[in-house]
Amino acid sequence: MSTSTQAQFKPKTSTGRITDFVDQRVGGSGILREFGRKVFPDHWSFMFGEVALYSFVILLLSGTFLTFFFDPSMAETHYNGSYVPLKGMEMSVAYNSSLNISFDVRGGLFMRQVHHWAALLFVAAVSVHMLRVFFTGAFRKPRELNWVVGGVLLILSMAAGFTGYSLPDDLLSGNGLRIIDGVVMAIPVVGTYISFFLFGGEFPGTAIIGRLYMMHIMLVPAMILLMVAIHLFMVVVHKHTQYPGPGRNDRNVVGYPLGPVYAAKAGGFFFIVFGVVAIMAAFFTINPIWNYGPYDPSPVSAGTQPDWYIGWVDGALRLMPGWLLGLPMEWHIPLPWGVNSLSLNVLIPALIPAGLVFTLLFTYPWIERWVTRDDREHHVLDRPRNAPTRTAIGVAGFIFYCVMWAAASSDLIATHFQVSLNDVTYWLRALFFIGPILGFIITKRVALALQRKDREIALHGRETGRIVRLPHGEFQEMHAQLDDYKRYKLVGFESPVPEEGIPNENGIVTKTEKRRAALSSFFFEDRVAPATPSELAAGHAHHEAVEAGEETKQVSSY
Amino acid sequence: MKALSQKRRHPLAALALLVMGLLLTGGLYAVVTTVNSAKADTATYTAQQVNEGEKLFVANCATCHGIGASGTKAGPSLAGVGAAAVDFQVGTGRMPLQMQGPQAREKPAQFNADQTRELAAYVATLGDGPAIPDAKYLTGKGDATVGGELFRVNCAMCHNAAAAGGALTRGKFAPALAGVSNNHIYEAMVTGPQNMPVFNDANITPQGKADIITFLNTIESQGSPGGAALGSLGPVSEGLFLWTAVLGVIIGFTIWLTSRTS
Amino acid sequence: MGNHSDGSPTSSDAVAKAGHEEVDKFQDPGLPPHRLRLADTDPKAAKRSERQVAILFGISIVGTLLFLFAYFGIRLDQTIATLRLQNTFLGLGVAFAMLGIGTGIVHWARALMPDHEVSEERHELRSEEDRVAAVKIVDDIIEETGIKRRPLIRNTLIGAMALAPLPAIAIFRDLGPLPGDSLHHTLWKEGERLARDPDGTPIKATDVTIGSAFHVIPESLNSLTTGKLNEKAKSVVLLMRLNPEDLHPSKGREDWSYNGIVAYSKICTHVGCPVALYEQQTHHLLCPCHQSTFDLTEECKVIFGPAVRPLPQLPITVDSEGYLVAQSDFHEPVGPSFWERS
Repeated sequence: MSTSTQAQFKPKTSTGRITDFVDQRVGGSGILREFGRKVFPDHWSFMFGEVALYSFVILLLSGTFLTFFFDPSMAETHYNGSYVPLKGMEMSVAYNSSLNISFDVRGGLFMRQVHHWAALLFVAAVSVHMLRVFFTGAFRKPRELNWVVGGVLLILSMAAGFTGYSLPDDLLSGNGLRIIDGVVMAIPVVGTYISFFLFGGEFPGTAIIGRLYMMHIMLVPAMILLMVAIHLFMVVVHKHTQYPGPGRNDRNVVGYPLGPVYAAKAGGFFFIVFGVVAIMAAFFTINPIWNYGPYDPSPVSAGTQPDWYIGWVDGALRLMPGWLLGLPMEWHIPLPWGVNSLSLNVLIPALIPAGLVFTLLFTYPWIERWVTRDDREHHVLDRPRNAPTRTAIGVAGFIFYCVMWAAASSDLIATHFQVSLNDVTYWLRALFFIGPILGFIITKRVALALQRKDREIALHGRETGRIVRLPHGEFQEMHAQLDDYKRYKLVGFESPVPEEGIPNENGIVTKTEKRRAALSSFFFEDRVAPATPSELAAGHAHHEAVEAGEETKQVSSY
Repeated sequence: MKALSQKRRHPLAALALLVMGLLLTGGLYAVVTTVNSAKADTATYTAQQVNEGEKLFVANCATCHGIGASGTKAGPSLAGVGAAAVDFQVGTGRMPLQMQGPQAREKPAQFNADQTRELAAYVATLGDGPAIPDAKYLTGKGDATVGGELFRVNCAMCHNAAAAGGALTRGKFAPALAGVSNNHIYEAMVTGPQNMPVFNDANITPQGKADIITFLNTIESQGSPGGAALGSLGPVSEGLFLWTAVLGVIIGFTIWLTSRTS
Repeated sequence: MGNHSDGSPTSSDAVAKAGHEEVDKFQDPGLPPHRLRLADTDPKAAKRSERQVAILFGISIVGTLLFLFAYFGIRLDQTIATLRLQNTFLGLGVAFAMLGIGTGIVHWARALMPDHEVSEERHELRSEEDRVAAVKIVDDIIEETGIKRRPLIRNTLIGAMALAPLPAIAIFRDLGPLPGDSLHHTLWKEGERLARDPDGTPIKATDVTIGSAFHVIPESLNSLTTGKLNEKAKSVVLLMRLNPEDLHPSKGREDWSYNGIVAYSKICTHVGCPVALYEQQTHHLLCPCHQSTFDLTEECKVIFGPAVRPLPQLPITVDSEGYLVAQSDFHEPVGPSFWERS
């Protein structure tokens, strides 16, 4: 009787034996074969996703610590801790426990600061990562779904941050909740109902902090974890993209194997991100809740802004004028049962810019695919200059966002630069419309210029600064030609031609198709084609002709 | 904008309003007796101080405020503003005014303590107004908690909860309060310089003012427990710092990490 | 740049002809040759890098010890100074501990681990035969449920599934009460005294001088045992005094002020922040959140910013002892607008 399950292979090293032990019980050799030496490309701009992931891990760790000490109750108490200027003040238990963490739990203030700085970094890393993916065209097939998952993660990260900074129930975040309540109440028909259900009655009530706490520590992190798992799974399945260059194409991945190099760098980077966050928490105060005091509907602090990632919504609210050309932006709509109020001054800035941005964000891969009719898989990225219109669109969207973001700090701009608050608002209102247009035009021209520069370098090499005088008197600057590898990076891209409308099976060019063709020419017009070998040869022939010509001239000059 | 609104924004319109207001205040006092800042100044000034003050006034202030401080187009009447107003405005250097604009700016004081006192003595004779505060309210030994609560209700909306300053409309602003001496804080509250409201003693009692001063002294001396305060301006400076310094450092690390070593 | 006076085309970035590009493209030269690092060739350099990694790990250990020392060794004496000191050193300790490990590992990978770039083939996401088989499986599964042949089952299933989530929504009804008319009423009523915020002492008309700004709550607010902040959120008021000539009351509001003393709701009609900034000389009220500006001489009409409606005015008068009292509640709901407002 032979035990057919007995392994034939006996590992020699101790790590080998352990691996074999686990493998015989759980399996895993398949996974190890598939992933153990999987190749990942190495570029610094690919690391923002990691920054986001690591800051999320830091948030989980520091947040868990905080949950041991934070109490989300809104019951009233009197402060009896060690922060002197608030001694004896009436406040909620939530605010009291936040002060307790800050002043009377050792390491509490440090962990609060780690948590809040990591939160700001998390959303910033997600945003920069998203911008990188956009500008390099990494959202194209097969990664459109992953782009959508990423967009959802962006929204979830903002939700996590907002619910989080509202938890201490301080004056600053409390006024933020007041503003949210005002915006919610502006929603037609159901606004007051949603407001009362959210707050458990009138504002501020005694329920909201506990509810935000649940969302902050359970619901939103669970959804983030789920989305992150899906996101990373897809990255593994699709493999990572790579920049164009020698040896790289759509059918391979060039980089380092997962173990040990890539894992070491990625693993080490986690500690580096943690270290940077620790330095911030050590040296820079964030969210000094003791300055703001407990939330009370009466006081308010000058410079009331939300955390940066909510800034653009606040900025939109500030920029919207309440009266436009003498007409009020709150309409009284006569209906059979009476007159109802429609607060356009609140609804427009709260819904339209964000709605526009997120709709375009989520649908962009499909829009670009429709316009360019490009259904191929793309694993090689675009250098942003090689997709000038896409880059310009991205910059226009970014400026649109940034104008609103800047508007949130309009009063601080006024005091810091000693200008009139009202003038800052007027300027930003104008830039809201003109900024993206200007940004588009300038970016596109810059991208095209950079492409032309690349052509020059590919064809003529780099200027060396060495001037040579030829015998017949001509001065020439010597150029250093690029080697094949460097040149390939500059010329290894596609520059599609704008298309005419394509007739369908009945031979008719439909209206939609005409529109697509028009957008396609908008997308690809002014294109710069990559340098070609025949152009390079022609250039060299030109120089050789000059050289040859000199010899004859030399002879004739004697 | 309506023409009336436009005229209201004329820099002299505010001064004209102030003149009317001051004259009517005097009239109202006759009708409505108060327990407020219009106490007779009980500080004793010598006749010489008053004389010296008048000379200084004529030489440095009368061009705008008029002979006898009766007011001109360029400067309001000082009848009834009190010694406290003079001590504040001259002591912080706001007066003599550098130039017409949205508001008077603080600058190095032009007059020394004695001269300031003489000017105050002179102006105090022009009408009953708030006196220079009693030293017992300026000790900074009041109740910081009460002071903090009063500060947040009455002052933080302009000066910011950490007294870091804030914006008003049309180029005006509420300055940061760090480094302002206790007597100037008291006097600003009780006189309401320019667009700052007047916090008379019935609104915030002298003890309340003393508590506010204590609170401001406390937060200024204690510093920020978490590290550098980044201006105490809140999420804006935190976000700016993150996007510039912090992301810069992180990007630096990523470039180092992915670069080839020699 | 690029003198092409010998006749070759001057616009080198012109639109390429169709079909031209397929043939005339630079070929991929393959991966560039591998460059050896110092540590690969020079064993002394390798040893040096090894020592550097070890030093970095050593710094990490020092950082950990620093954290432990700061946590247990710095005794907090309830002053801000020691708290800040401890925070700084806790942070430095963690920073060194983390950065030491991180930079150590990264330096180890960069300098010592093999850095040959490797090329790996991408697999197709799925093969053609997988795809065909998968589609057939899905089709077979759907066919075997029979749902296409049985519209009755399909339609009733859709109906049941569409309605099934309703209980999950309905069960949340008790999240909060219905608004009712609570937004239309505040604590203010006839005879309710105006009191200082926060201590609740009533205010005499003679206390309010020109240029004053009083922050006001109803006198009965502080005696509430529950719902105090809810009521405060609707009833906070700003009290100021102007020259009676500067007020221009509209019809019906002539007696809402008292000798130039006026009271307005402090809750911004935009989205509800306290409109607390009073510019005494310009008679403007400024809301710090979104900069809505209200003109006190025009019954708090909006002159700048995103608010639309003026601040509601509280009609006031004095009682027999000279204290300021409300004549009634506000004549309209305070704060931000909502659908059922008018």
